[in-house]
Amino acid sequence: MNHRIHRYTLINYCGDFMNFKQIVHQEKKDYNKLLSDKTAIMVGSATCGNSAGAQIVKEVFEAELSEVECEIIEVGCIGLCYAEPIVLILKPHQPGVFYGNVNKKRARKIAQSHIIQDTPLPELALGTWGLGEIKGLSPIFEQKPLKMQERRILRNCGFIDPTNIGHYLAQDGYSGFVKTLQMQSSEIIQEMKKAGVRGRGGAGFPTWMKWQLCLDSKQETNYLICNADEGDPGAFMNRSLLESDPHSVLEGILIASKTIGAEKAYIYCRAEYPLALERLKIAINQMKSLGFLGENILGSGFNLEIEIKEGAGAFVCGEETGLLASIEGERGTPRTRPPFPTTEGLFGKPTVINNVETMASVALIMQQGADKYSKVGKGESKGTKTFSLVGQVKNTGLIEVPLGITLKEVIFDIGGGLIDNGEFKAVQIGGPSGGCVPSQHLDTPIDYSSLLDIGAMMGSGGMVVMDQGTCMVEVARYFLEFIQKESCGKCVPCRLGTKQMLDILTDITIGKGTEKDLDLLPDLAEAIKIGSLCGLGQSAPNPILTTMRFFSNEYQAHIEEDVCLARDCTEYIKYVIDPELCDGCMACLKSCPLEAISGSKDEVHSIDLLKCVKCGTCLDLCKKKKNAVLLMNKS
Amino acid sequence: MADLNIILSNYEGKKSDLIPLLQEIQSEFGYISEELMQQVSRFTGVPESEIYGVATFYTQFRFTPKGKKHISVCTGTACHVTGAKQIIEGIERYLNIKEGETTKNGEYSLESVGCLGCCSLAPAAMVNDEIKSKLSLRIINKLFKEYEPSDS
Ligand SMILES: Cc1cc2nc3c(=O)[nH]c(=O)nc-3n(C[C@H](O)[C@H](O)[C@H](O)COP(=O)(O)O)c2cc1C
Ligand code: FES
Repeated sequence: MNHRIHRYTLINYCGDFMNFKQIVHQEKKDYNKLLSDKTAIMVGSATCGNSAGAQIVKEVFEAELSEVECEIIEVGCIGLCYAEPIVLILKPHQPGVFYGNVNKKRARKIAQSHIIQDTPLPELALGTWGLGEIKGLSPIFEQKPLKMQERRILRNCGFIDPTNIGHYLAQDGYSGFVKTLQMQSSEIIQEMKKAGVRGRGGAGFPTWMKWQLCLDSKQETNYLICNADEGDPGAFMNRSLLESDPHSVLEGILIASKTIGAEKAYIYCRAEYPLALERLKIAINQMKSLGFLGENILGSGFNLEIEIKEGAGAFVCGEETGLLASIEGERGTPRTRPPFPTTEGLFGKPTVINNVETMASVALIMQQGADKYSKVGKGESKGTKTFSLVGQVKNTGLIEVPLGITLKEVIFDIGGGLIDNGEFKAVQIGGPSGGCVPSQHLDTPIDYSSLLDIGAMMGSGGMVVMDQGTCMVEVARYFLEFIQKESCGKCVPCRLGTKQMLDILTDITIGKGTEKDLDLLPDLAEAIKIGSLCGLGQSAPNPILTTMRFFSNEYQAHIEEDVCLARDCTEYIKYVIDPELCDGCMACLKSCPLEAISGSKDEVHSIDLLKCVKCGTCLDLCKKKKNAVLLMNKS
Repeated sequence: MADLNIILSNYEGKKSDLIPLLQEIQSEFGYISEELMQQVSRFTGVPESEIYGVATFYTQFRFTPKGKKHISVCTGTACHVTGAKQIIEGIERYLNIKEGETTKNGEYSLESVGCLGCCSLAPAAMVNDEIKSKLSLRIINKLFKEYEPSDS
């Protein structure tokens, strides 16, 4: 570590970029050595990995290999979250091997067999990485889930130590920022325009234009805010990036701040992301010791300070004016625009607010050039986009795809289709502001305009796959409940309108819906869309409108036929035991939390419908045994 | 016991300090009591009523103590479609408390929260600062054994 500190001070004192190049050269050498000359164990330790047991796995490796010369490194997430904990084993002159679903026992086996005895275990592995072959394994990037992806923003995720700035430098990190030190703001903006990058926070506003508007307001003090509030339920792209490669976001913040002349930048990050916050703090300290932050950065005369602000659990604070109010210490209620933040933002000063992924894209563009960036994509939607692919899909995780790819490719090729051979019903895109896309529209390309055409929106990147067992009325009710809770209460259409819509939807899901409701809902939706103050209310009706458009039969079935077609709404269903299939094994009886199941050994059991709370434990349990528990409509 | 004066000494008392200050107080004291709120008001010059207004706007702030093990079950979309509601109901039954409550012995408290960012391994919950994923009704009992069962 000592040599590194020495190197850091070097950068600070000499303003010429020779130092920077020398340091990068050394870091690259070190990093390559790690990949090719050493035995290294990279443990995926983002939140997904940790929650699946990555830290325990790491401890096992440390214990098993205490006598072996090797490095055990915590890295970020490569996106194959369904297979967490994931470990990458690197040995000199061999391809790397990714192992998935590693538990204590497997970790011990991998340590003994692969590392100590040099015998890889293809039966436990996911694939290889790097040059060379291992019998029985294919390169992981040649396999469908990764092959169809285009990993640019996520290029480093899972391969570098997010708490080591040296690893980022070794990947040409901060070279984009160093370039901008010799550029005028107008040139940087030109480069962004050429790249065609649009904001990744949801609305897709051209980034260059936002920066230009801020410059045009010609005031002395400007601010930059990186929006890491990611309140969209079912989305975690920003979290994963911040945990896996925080410096790429910080480099983007440097570039954007330099361009708009901001000397103070804020990162507004949710408190629900403790690990992202921790890694950001470490990264910022490393930037400071390297001279990438503070006064006269790398001798260029540019000053910047970055402050982290923790969100306090309010979705509406992701909206830019709500966010500003929150940083100022107020309740996070949005206000009318104009004035836009670019003319009157934080503390009344011009402010640019950009999403986490937008910032990482900016760094990427400056590192690799606008031309390379704009080569992928489709029409007005340039570059790649990260999505969190979750719900009833096999390969859940974080993906990055070129814009223009179809939904079908994402869900069935990358995602591997539905779990338990379920049948696809809809994919929810864009969170509470987005919509549900049914199977007939699966050929829709993912870009800003095509998704709008079918009533959904790109949003920030949440993609929740649903199977036939998900009731679409219930999904709409769920989102409305979310919006209603999160509505700040300032404007009437959103505060009261969403409550009314929620009440109607709740009625339908509990068997109290009427024909009239189906006329009322679209009327209300229209009024709320037009009348609300901010994006939260304006987009609140989207989940209802899309589900009513594509799944009107489900609404009607609840109201007219008294059934929930998906057998999802508890009021409409019952659990019964099929006497033909039940062999009286007592398993469900013992597992029932309410003792609602009666019977004795080897005799057919039965469920007391008055006691049953429809938790589904018995069905889950029996599914793999006799499949004797049936889920039926009440009527 | 945490010392409020030490916390306050890190802040200038500006309006924009209010939320970070409340956050630090909550993380040290576990919740924001009436008395603490009065002292923050004196320190920042912001009226108590306004501090209360700000604090209640954000779901993070609590005004009652939480249990030693604080369980936050995710109710984000991915967790919702994979059974978050059943998980909450299951824990409610197990601990014999309702969402938002604390067990009598002060061991456990339960609440629902927005997406924890662990959607790919849904349903998820956070116990203090540790995330538990791929929950099912069947492993709830096991989960609690890990934290030695309480007799609430
Ligand atoms: C209710 C609501 C919530 C939002 N939440 C987020 C968020 O969590 N993260 C984000 O980057 N943008 C969010 N936005 C969008 C922001 O207002 C803003 O457009 C965005 O941060 C701009 O960044 P970009 O130009 O880089 O996309 C939200 C908007 C609304 C209306
Ligand atoms: S929806 Fe539960 S962790 Fe995201």
